[in-house]
This record gives sequence, C-alpha cells and structure tokens, in this order.
Amino acid sequence: MSVAYAASDTLVLAWRSLVRVRRQPDLLVGYTIQPIMFVLLFVYVFGGAIRTPGLDYEDFLIPGILVQSMAFGGFSTALGLSDDVKKGLIDRFRSLPMWGPAVVAGRILGDIVLNVVQLVIMLLVGFAAGFRFDAGAGEIALGVALLLFLGYAFSWVFAFLGLAASSPEAANAYGFTVLFPLTFISSAFVPVETMPRWLRWFADNNPFTHMVDAARSLFVGTPAGSSIWLAFLWGLVITVVFAALSVWRYRRAVSH
Amino acid sequence: MHAIETQGLKKRYGAVEALRGIDLRVEEGTIFGLLGPNGAGKTTAVRILTTLLRPDEGGARVVGLDVVREAGALRARIGLAGQYAAVDENLTGLENLEMVGRLYHLGRRRARERARELLAAFELDDAGGRLVRTYSGGMRRRLDLAAALVAQPPVLFLDEPTTGLDPRSRLGLWALIERLAAEGTTVLLTTQYLDEADRLAERVAVMDHGLVIAEGTPAELKARIGGERLDIRLCDASDGPRAVEALAALAAVPPQVFDGTLRIALRARQGAIARAVRALDDAGIAIDDIALVTPSLDDVFLELTGHAAEPGSGDGR
Repeated sequence: MSVAYAASDTLVLAWRSLVRVRRQPDLLVGYTIQPIMFVLLFVYVFGGAIRTPGLDYEDFLIPGILVQSMAFGGFSTALGLSDDVKKGLIDRFRSLPMWGPAVVAGRILGDIVLNVVQLVIMLLVGFAAGFRFDAGAGEIALGVALLLFLGYAFSWVFAFLGLAASSPEAANAYGFTVLFPLTFISSAFVPVETMPRWLRWFADNNPFTHMVDAARSLFVGTPAGSSIWLAFLWGLVITVVFAALSVWRYRRAVSH
Repeated sequence: MHAIETQGLKKRYGAVEALRGIDLRVEEGTIFGLLGPNGAGKTTAVRILTTLLRPDEGGARVVGLDVVREAGALRARIGLAGQYAAVDENLTGLENLEMVGRLYHLGRRRARERARELLAAFELDDAGGRLVRTYSGGMRRRLDLAAALVAQPPVLFLDEPTTGLDPRSRLGLWALIERLAAEGTTVLLTTQYLDEADRLAERVAVMDHGLVIAEGTPAELKARIGGERLDIRLCDASDGPRAVEALAALAAVPPQVFDGTLRIALRARQGAIARAVRALDDAGIAIDDIALVTPSLDDVFLELTGHAAEPGSGDGR
C-alpha cells in the first residue's frame, strides 16, 4: 500500500465526513450557532457578574471557551463512527483495497478542518465582543497550534466513545456527561480562586485548567507557570491512551 | 480452477462454534447458494471469504488468492453486498458510488464514469443526485449491490441480498443477480429463503450449526427426499381404502390416506395423472382435485435437519 493511496483514501473519507456536516442541519448548528451562542451568553449574561482581576472578562473568557469548543469538536466523529459500525459501512470499507486506518484518520482529519472553521468563527465573534490578543505573533501561533492539537487529542476520545457505545445517541450522552463538568470545574469561565477549597483542589489539578491557562497565557499574556508544557503533555497522554483504546475497540467491533 | 475453494474452515466465538469445518468448491461463473437458518454460520463463512475475519483453522482461496496471506490483493478482486445496505445516508447515490470507486483507486474521472454507468444499469439514474436517506429499501439494496460492482469484481458475495425486501424488489434483484452471472461473474449468495436458492443457485450447500449437511444442485437435493408425488382429494372420504387399492400399481410405497386425501409417492412421473384418473374412473370413485407435487427445498431442509428452515420467521414474506 503506497503512501499516495493512504493519503488519497484519508482525503476521500475526510471529504465524506465534512459533507455529512453540511447535510445534517443539527450538526451544522452544533458547529456554528452553538459556539457563537456560548460566547455571547458568557460575555453579556454572566460576564458582568464575574470578577477577573487584572483582565477584562472577554479576554479571560475567549481562551477558555476556545479550549472547551475544541474538546467537544470531536463529537461528530463519535456519532459517525458509531453509525458506521452499526450500519455495516465499516464492513464495506474493510472489504475494499483501501488503507484500513483511513476510516478513522479520515474522520479525524475532517474534525481538524471543522475545528479550524470553528476557531475562526469564535475568534471573529470574540473580536466583535471586545476580545483582543495581547501577545506576540509567535505566541499566538503556538496557542492556535495548541488548540488544534487538543482538538485532535479529543477526537480520539470521541472515536473511542463512538466505537464503545451501543448507539450514536449513547456515545453523545457519555461524551457530554463526562466532559461538561470537567470543562466547567476549571479555570475556563471563572477564576478558580472563587471556588470552595475542595472543588478548587480539583480545578487546580484538572487538565482543562492547564490547557485553558496555557491558551490564556499565549493569547493575552497572563503568567504561564508550568501550564504550557503540561497542556501539551496532557494532549499527548490523551492521544496515546485513547488512540490505543480506539484501536482495541475497533478490532473488537470488527472481529465477529 | 475454482473461483472459491475452502478447506476445513473453523471459527469459534468464545464458547460458540460458528463454523465446524467447512469445505466448499465453487465453479467459476456459477451462482452458489449457502442455505441455512439464522445462526447456521453462513455470514461467518462470507466474512472469512471476504477477508473481514480470519479463520481459526483451515484455509480458503478466492480467485486463487489466500484470504489471509493475500488479503490485500484479494480485496481488489471481490465485491461484497451485506445484510444491511452499507451505503452512506448523507451522500447522494452518485457520491456513494464515486466514493467507493475512489477507494478502489480508480481515479477521480474513472470513478465518476463508473458511478454513472452503474446508476443507469440499476435504474437509479433519476435518483442519483438525491440523498440516500430519501431512498426506499429496494433502492438502497440496489445501490448497495451497485457499490459491490464498482471494480467489476470476478467474484461477488451477497449476504442475504433480499432479506426484508418487498416481493417486487426481490424479483428485480433476482433478475440483476442472474444477469451478472450470465455475464460471467461468480456469485456466492447466502439465504434463508429456499425459493431464492432454488431459483438462483446452480449448486446449493445446506448449512446447519456450522456444518454443511448437504450439497448438490437443487434438483439433486430434492431427489434425496424422494421424487414427485400425487396428491388426490376424493369427493367422498369413505372411498379411501378402495382408491388405495385401485392406485397400488402407480405407487412406489403404499399410499397414505388422511381425511379423504391420498398421497402417493410415484414410481414414474410420466403419464401418472392420466393413469390415476383412469383407474379411479374405472373403479367409480369421484375425485375433487388431483395435483402432481414436486418437493420443495423446504421439504429437503425439514428432511435433512429435522427442523424447519425458518422457525417462526415473521418478516412478512
């Protein structure tokens, strides 16, 4: 199997996963309207009540909300893979002379494209709401790279959920039940100093806090501490663990 | 050379032995039927032959290629249409076939040409631009079959191709399968439907609990449970014993009578009806109905396995 075929198979399947978003209005809403709504709700509804010393709330919020949207960006991978397994499409792909891993790689490449689109939309809405970068071009570029890398890592989490769950709906429910509290009990939306002591301990050690602190530091110049390398490390750990789990579930799903 | 050849295929899932040693030989250019109830092992056999599954023991070659060691090369030479129409609902019919063509590495132009050819051949050209989720069940199956044919494979595997289809769509699909075989494609199809195997397959292997329990042409299998018989309904049930006496010369074994109906296993088919009618007429026995009955594969199945082929199947056929 040549590299050219592997690349072309991945592109064909990435195209397929992108077309799917355009054809399913509920997915389209998930990728566009929902993040816009989140930015607007937090800036204008909660923003006035949340004190963020030394920083405008818009500048505090946007890096956090970007990390959150990258984390959820992979949900269509979960839905799609689960659907493919259930409907026998995986069998068709596996009976073709294509590069096997393209089934998952195509989905993840599609997710990366969607994450870029989402990032652009949210930054534009953020600018309109008053967000401004306060960092050098190199730091901003590194921040964008971090966000896309985290989006990639979380695609694997959703790929695993999609392969492990009994239905696309179940995959979606698991994903949100676990990730929603995790993203909120972090430094994404409020300063963790305001939380009760026990919860603050959790928030301080929550990988999302490191990821958000890293993005915030790279975009608006807050102190980074050890957050940047911890964020990349967490992305790597998540990728390795969930890629292995996904491969294991994939083999199991197709071996009967 | 045989298009498909298996030797002692075995596969187990945990405690369940799905295949317990299967030997098959399928001649090139023929339709071969794997017949059996749910759980007989038909789908497992197809999944091994299409490289989706590795056998635990035994081996198989398709177009001369080993299904395990030469799986990659083999995939370019086979087509598979499964139990479910494996097509993407969010793509159009044309896009589905184009995608499959691209994954067979036909190249963008050729993939599109081939997609259009197949849509026309399967009478889907009008629907080609529509999303598959708007298709009927019959249209999806046709598209699925078309997808299996994108690379013009010499061997085609059809796993229960008509399960769940309405009678009209079934007939249409049968005609398509026959046409493919006539053009030289080797077809292995699995079915729970005896009439389907009878109609399409030149040779049939009957499977039950992971074993092939009988193999032959549909005619040979039917012959195994005896030849043709006459069913005669008498106007007056009390004529039964006299009728048995009058027809004794025709019967291979003593005729059975129940409720005024005689069942006679025939010595010879030729002229049987005329002779029976004459004999009964001479004896002054009036008949209500007379029929020459050829055994169906249903009878074969019952005879071979001791249970019916479709226990309680309620899928509306």
